[in-house]
Amino acid sequence: MQETTTPPPVFVARGVSKVYPMGDTEVHALREINLELYSGEFVVLLGPSGSGKSTLLNILGGLDVPTLGTVRYRDHDLTEFDDAKLTRYRREHVGFVFQFYNLVPSLTARENVALITEIADNPMTPEEALALVGLEKRMDHFPSHLSGGEQQRVAIARSIAKRPDVLLCDEPTGALDVGTGIMVLEAIQRVNDELGTTTAIITHNAVIAGMADRVLQLSDGQISSVEKNASKLPASQLNW
Amino acid sequence: MRAIDRKLVRDLFTMKSQAIAIALVIGCGVSAFVMALSTMTSLNTTRAAYYQEQRFGDIFARLKRAPNALADRIAEIPGVLRVQTRVEVEIILDMPDMEEPASGRLISVLDEPGHSLNEVYLRTGRWIDPAKPGEVIVSEAFAAAHHLHPGDSFRAIVQGNRMTLTVAGTGLSPEYIYEVRPGELLPDNLRFGVMWMAYRQLAQLSDLDGSFNSVSLQLMRGASVPDVLRRLDTLIAPYGGAGSYTREDQISHRMVSDEMTQLRAMATLPTSIFLGVAAFLLNVVLARLISTQREQIAMIKAFGYSGREVGLHYAKLAGSIAFTGCVAGIAGGTYIGQSLTRMYSRFFHLPVMRHEVELWQIAVAILVTLGAAGIGVFKTVRKAAALPPAEAMRPEAPVAARITWLEKFGVLGRLSQSKKISIRNLAARPLRTLLSIVGISMALGVLILGTFTEDIVNVVLDTQFQRAQRQDFSLALMEPSSEDVLHDLENLPGVGRTEVFRSVSTRIRSGHRWRRVGLMGYEGDRVIYPVLDMDMKPIAMRDDGILISKTLAEILHVRPGDSVQVEVLEGRRPVANLIVRGLVNDFAGLSAYMRIEGVWRLLEEGPTISGAHVKIDPQQRTRFYREVKNTPAIAAVNSKGAMLQSFRDTMAENLLTMKLFNVGFACIIAFGVVYNSARIAASERSREFATLRVLGFSRQEVSRLFLGEVGSVLAAGLPIGLLCGYGFAVLAVVGLQTESQRFPLVILRSTYAFALSVITVASVISSLWVRRKLDKLDLIGVLKARD
Repeated sequence: MQETTTPPPVFVARGVSKVYPMGDTEVHALREINLELYSGEFVVLLGPSGSGKSTLLNILGGLDVPTLGTVRYRDHDLTEFDDAKLTRYRREHVGFVFQFYNLVPSLTARENVALITEIADNPMTPEEALALVGLEKRMDHFPSHLSGGEQQRVAIARSIAKRPDVLLCDEPTGALDVGTGIMVLEAIQRVNDELGTTTAIITHNAVIAGMADRVLQLSDGQISSVEKNASKLPASQLNW
Repeated sequence: MRAIDRKLVRDLFTMKSQAIAIALVIGCGVSAFVMALSTMTSLNTTRAAYYQEQRFGDIFARLKRAPNALADRIAEIPGVLRVQTRVEVEIILDMPDMEEPASGRLISVLDEPGHSLNEVYLRTGRWIDPAKPGEVIVSEAFAAAHHLHPGDSFRAIVQGNRMTLTVAGTGLSPEYIYEVRPGELLPDNLRFGVMWMAYRQLAQLSDLDGSFNSVSLQLMRGASVPDVLRRLDTLIAPYGGAGSYTREDQISHRMVSDEMTQLRAMATLPTSIFLGVAAFLLNVVLARLISTQREQIAMIKAFGYSGREVGLHYAKLAGSIAFTGCVAGIAGGTYIGQSLTRMYSRFFHLPVMRHEVELWQIAVAILVTLGAAGIGVFKTVRKAAALPPAEAMRPEAPVAARITWLEKFGVLGRLSQSKKISIRNLAARPLRTLLSIVGISMALGVLILGTFTEDIVNVVLDTQFQRAQRQDFSLALMEPSSEDVLHDLENLPGVGRTEVFRSVSTRIRSGHRWRRVGLMGYEGDRVIYPVLDMDMKPIAMRDDGILISKTLAEILHVRPGDSVQVEVLEGRRPVANLIVRGLVNDFAGLSAYMRIEGVWRLLEEGPTISGAHVKIDPQQRTRFYREVKNTPAIAAVNSKGAMLQSFRDTMAENLLTMKLFNVGFACIIAFGVVYNSARIAASERSREFATLRVLGFSRQEVSRLFLGEVGSVLAAGLPIGLLCGYGFAVLAVVGLQTESQRFPLVILRSTYAFALSVITVASVISSLWVRRKLDKLDLIGVLKARD
């Protein structure tokens, strides 16, 4: 990707720090992070546990606010948003995929997706979203009757069904075996390709970095390196 | 249906046993509320309509004999709308289906129906034909007890005249909704009945031609009642007027009103207890649900549901449980109310007895329930709404356990690790533990409250009939007579010991406060009728002052040593100031006692008696009955055995029904509290229990740990529950106390034991029910899941 053709950034983070009080001490989860994410970009954030990956993702997704610094989403300063505005931001623009799927066990696959499409402005139908992740035949199953990979694909369908601008994935394959993990990554890649959704995956699995446009390495709350992949690998060619 | 609502329905289904347990507790509270309130208003409305249609009087008075012309002067009293004069006499009845004599009250009516106050409501047959001698309308209850139908006849002694009365019809009267023999609390329709006869006939029989001995007034709106009473008393005094009184002192009216007061008390106390317990249960159950659904909440919020929507979701969940319970309660309350109304129709004789639940009562029930539920879950729902999504995604921090002071000070000695776990767990959530304990104690309290009434009845029976009233019969004379009559009574066949009394109608006054009270004069030396107070001690009569009941003293604001004005309402109507020599804590409402000699002095008359309590030789019973029926001087005969039997019959059935309801209610509370606490403990600690199992603890050991905690709560709750039960009983005795009835506070040890065992059994069953789940712990699954 050429610098000159780079579209305007979706996210711009400047001097973002996050400090959690923990008993009598303070934990510095993020230390003065600067970062841009561009439209349609596929970014992988790599780093060991406690490096601040999830905190960064939560801040970008409007789940958390930084202690210091600013985060801009297009024309908006997320750090200025109150709770109601953050909720609206999430409702309209952000899709999440979590390590532990976080499906509602009492709802079927279709209903889990419907839970989100019902509050979105211009969603796909739950059926379309589930077809996109290859689950059209398992739509009326409850999470307890789905495998881990299937559950994660429902979670992906749920997050992309509202056609979000950004898809934020927190260790989406963390609880899955290789084969299933790859199926899930394929689904994410397909969404990124076909819908042009800006996608960020955080993981401590370095192999996944191969499918990204850019790879950010985090350690101890700071971005330690940024790499651009000359060519992206399809998810099916990954192995770990 | 929206997906989020579908989640709600399925969540409810998953927690159905807990939801049902809570809904049942709410249902109990609401049904008590609806039952009491609807029955009370139905009774009130029905009575008011009946009073209006039959023109029930506002003021009543008895006198000896006054010419009918006096009625015109009474009508001139300002505020009086209508005057109804009549003749009213006590009679002895010789019923063909009964060996012992019954008594009755014969009241005169106009030749044509539809014009008088206190109009008789004709139920069967026809109005009396004044031309046919001995025709009467008989009260429906008495007719039913004796299977009397129009055309039947029976023998009676009316003012010394033996005669035959013929039933023209049966009827009801607003004056006798509660048809009870004067001086008694419970009706005995077999032995006492009211009947109505044409004025001319009755006046002739009682030698009251052209006169009357009873008057009833209807007042204009806004009339000054005290003024009318005073003027009426002045007018009737020369004719032996015994003091006028209002509806509030009219026995039937007062008994119905007292019942309504008691219903009002029932609508508040039990309802508050049940809804309080329900609020607590909703709180713990919802708090637990929200904590297990933290990640779902996080996800839902991450995807853009607002805090308000999440809060509303959980509020709806609690609301649907509350609403379901409330609807069930309204249905249950309506049903119980109908049964209660049916039971009332056996005591209260109204032309129609319809039970209706009004819309506003349903609205209030729903509001109160939702209000209680709201109080219970408000904080929890707000917490769910405010839960930051990023934080919710992390598992909840472990509850901060610490070494409890119980352990620190070695109060509990050296403890095994598992006991430490139990104690620290309970101590880590002090509020919940405390509320569980309160819940258990409430259940026990409610049960004691519901069953101790039986103890009261037993004690009252024991006091009244075994110790206080050892006579076989009480004989009341037609009018106070000289002591010579005593010899006649003593000469009746089989009569052994005889103890006489003189009763006199009085108005006892202190300052502007006054009450109409029957002053009883007794002999100093009594054996078969000792008159006991609530502590079973014989009351020692004085002739230098009076003893009055505690309730009366409270109403009059007097204490022993104070003086009260006693205004005699008969004879020469003397007025005297008497010193209150003591307070009597007795069962009946308002009473006043003196030595009989003191009464004679007060009356300024020689020795007279109103009647006597007698012991008779059982062998001579039949002859005694026969002679009594032939003694014109005797107005009424009360048999102690019959009184006791009727009391037992009426009370036993009611008490059994009440006891069943109360045991059911209390079990529901116990089940609701124990089941829910146990379910929550089991769910919260399934990881811990699974870990222990993985580490090698046996099923039994884990169960013991779990049941140990439930057991500790139970052990703490039961003693407090005993105190609660006692407290509720005190409140009930005070709350149910009316001017006409007072109850001693007695709770027998067997009642405590019964209540303890019911609650223990209910708790053990519910916790064992939950324990089964522990046997099915999925060891691997539980450890893998993030909770």
